Amino acid sequence: MSKILMKGNEAVGAAAIKAGCKYFFGYPITPSSEIPEYISRKLPEAGGVFLQAESEIAAINMVYGAGGAGARVMTASSSPGISLKQEGITYCAGAEIPCVIVNMMRGGPGLGSIQPSQADYYQSTRGGGNGDYRTLCYAPSSIQELVDYIMLAFDKADYYRNPVLIAADGMIGQIMEAVEFKEPEPIELPPKDWATTGTGGKRKPVIVNSLYLQAEELQEHNKNLEKKYKVMEENEVRYEAFGLEDAEVVCVAYGTTSRIVKTAIKQAQAKGIKVGMIRPITLWPYPYDIYKQIGPNAKGILGVEMSLGQLTDDIKIGIAGRLPVYFNGTQGGMVPTPGSILAEIEKIAGGTK
Amino acid sequence: MEQKVIMAGFGGQGIMAIGRLLAYAGMLEDKNVTWMPSYGPEMRGGTANCAVVVSEEEVGSPLISKDGTAAIVMNLPSMIKFEQELIPDGKLIVNKSLIDIEPTRNDLDVYYIPANELALELGNSKVANMIMLGAYLEVTKAVDIESVLKAFVKVFGENKSDLLPLNKEALIKGAEAAKK
Amino acid sequence: MTIVYEKSKGLTDTPFHYCPGCTHGVIHKLVAESLVELGVLDDAIGVAPVGCSVLAYNYFNCDMQEAAHGRAPAVATGIKRVHPDKVVFSYQGDGDLASIGTAEIVHAAHRGEKITTIFVNNAIYGMTGGQMAPTTLVGQKTTTSPFGRDEAHCGKPIRMSELLATIDGAKFVERVTVDTPANIRKAKKAIKRSFECQIKGEGFAIVEVLSTCPTNWGFTPLKALDWLRDNMIPYYPLGNFRDFEEGK
Repeated sequence: MSKILMKGNEAVGAAAIKAGCKYFFGYPITPSSEIPEYISRKLPEAGGVFLQAESEIAAINMVYGAGGAGARVMTASSSPGISLKQEGITYCAGAEIPCVIVNMMRGGPGLGSIQPSQADYYQSTRGGGNGDYRTLCYAPSSIQELVDYIMLAFDKADYYRNPVLIAADGMIGQIMEAVEFKEPEPIELPPKDWATTGTGGKRKPVIVNSLYLQAEELQEHNKNLEKKYKVMEENEVRYEAFGLEDAEVVCVAYGTTSRIVKTAIKQAQAKGIKVGMIRPITLWPYPYDIYKQIGPNAKGILGVEMSLGQLTDDIKIGIAGRLPVYFNGTQGGMVPTPGSILAEIEKIAGGTK
Repeated sequence: MEQKVIMAGFGGQGIMAIGRLLAYAGMLEDKNVTWMPSYGPEMRGGTANCAVVVSEEEVGSPLISKDGTAAIVMNLPSMIKFEQELIPDGKLIVNKSLIDIEPTRNDLDVYYIPANELALELGNSKVANMIMLGAYLEVTKAVDIESVLKAFVKVFGENKSDLLPLNKEALIKGAEAAKK
Repeated sequence: MTIVYEKSKGLTDTPFHYCPGCTHGVIHKLVAESLVELGVLDDAIGVAPVGCSVLAYNYFNCDMQEAAHGRAPAVATGIKRVHPDKVVFSYQGDGDLASIGTAEIVHAAHRGEKITTIFVNNAIYGMTGGQMAPTTLVGQKTTTSPFGRDEAHCGKPIRMSELLATIDGAKFVERVTVDTPANIRKAKKAIKRSFECQIKGEGFAIVEVLSTCPTNWGFTPLKALDWLRDNMIPYYPLGNFRDFEEGK
């Protein structure tokens, strides 16, 4: 299939429809409003339903209802809107309702800005809602990856009966790039025999629920969820890494930031500095193990993010004290420049000279 | 060679459109491309601008920040803002029809194109943007004019194909104007 | 042996957890009977709220989803959009519907969402221990209005049926109570009609049921019924506010 030029937010909608998503409930917010706009035009053609909810909260609860009723369903928003959705996300996690939630991150805290940001890293990886739960979280760095991982997200959501997040910075939503819609690899999915479809008089009623009033029962439920999360940790980690064995400096970044870091790495390599890179594609589960592959020449790790050291905390867990960890970030909608990253790389590489 | 071009003007000058044309044309030539618009409140009034990267290799930052290889500026505020984002010897394509002063930097390769007048010579003031794009393609060879024409129908739809000859003329006229 | 009474098939065998004298049990029964009599129990999908009836999913003998506090109309919307041919209902209390979930109920009505809502109004938060609700009467003492609800401080109680009846998408709105056998019969009729409204595809339907909370009101069950008659009905008049067939 040939490539087409597509804007990130529109590609979100196209990928969801291609993945068989039939229901979308959302609320407009910059910089992700083109997602509901696109889907409101295209989903009815595909036999689905788009509904603009009265609020972000209502939207995610409609997702809960539709997902619990057995449908492939999605919502999308940007940071403050995703904050409002946290209640619904933890209910979906607790009741094990598959759904896909796209966050085109913008600057925060509070109303923040509408410019690109990655400051919802904690919220995406540590659970923004209450309780012990985990959500698979993909962080695409191009429109092609955005499309590929949204399509994969629906399968993973159904496979694990779990919400899946797409954490993209606002820039991914706004840029246009060439994209190809590949046929996803078929995956065997369990039947949704837990979904509320009406008994039809043929089976016992099912209950979609996250309430366990008996502490023992809830603990049991928590332990079952933990088992599922462990399987996800074992099987779902995705990353890109290069040049770790002989690197003097290792950069870690994801999303748009990782692309800027790659530009800086090329510039550093031209100056004779050996730079490796780790790019987490899943923010949860996080690729902690890859840090073991960093060779003995490394002098330090540089975390680059559009936030205040949130990703860098995971770097520290990954490197487990073996090497100094440096942080180079921008906030509020500012985007790092290759020049500032290069300067930091040079500083770390020359640090022990 | 990586082309990183900023296109800027005021709303209605067709800035976003020529950006998309360039990106689509690059894609048709199997190059890696990104198109990045300004967004938010800036969309209403003031300047409209977009950044396009066309590259043989994987595109790094889709943003242009002090590393632009070229800029197309359609009005004065755009020139003041974006001449600062170019590398030394960067190409600055200036719409002379609306900008009557020179850039402050003297290390740029500047081309003055009377885009509005040239468009009027073709009988349609709306193609000033295509005149500017033609000039840009002449000085950078970022993509082939033929690719832009192929992209035209893809971007604007088959029903706009009757406008193709006029737009082709505009591209060529812009290219000629940029020949020094 | 002749069977003189049988529990509705619309209810499971799980014993209710409700306090003695609470009218939730009666209302559950009316909903269950209505679903059975209309022949739609097997097609029904219910949404339970947060509040005293949080465990309603254990009692209704049909597919059920438990919703977050106040969100039942949004959850029901999601279900109904996926299964437009099923009968979807939410069962909500006054804290759930008239306070934290006001936006959800108003907009479900406003969209003309083809769902049925059973709204149990007992003028208090029951499950959390008797706090003031938006429906608590002026002067009524609760654990968060220990000196009685003061109108100047927190306004008068909200009348949801009257409010919702102003919305075009709400095609059936009726307020009933279950204090006497006669009123229970009327309540049953209204609940049944609210499901008919949905089955006919008319639009949003709600039945507000004035209910007692002897435990948190601090009365015996009988005294609670008196209190309901003397205090609630004068402020919350019974009757139909909207029917999908004019003149009904």
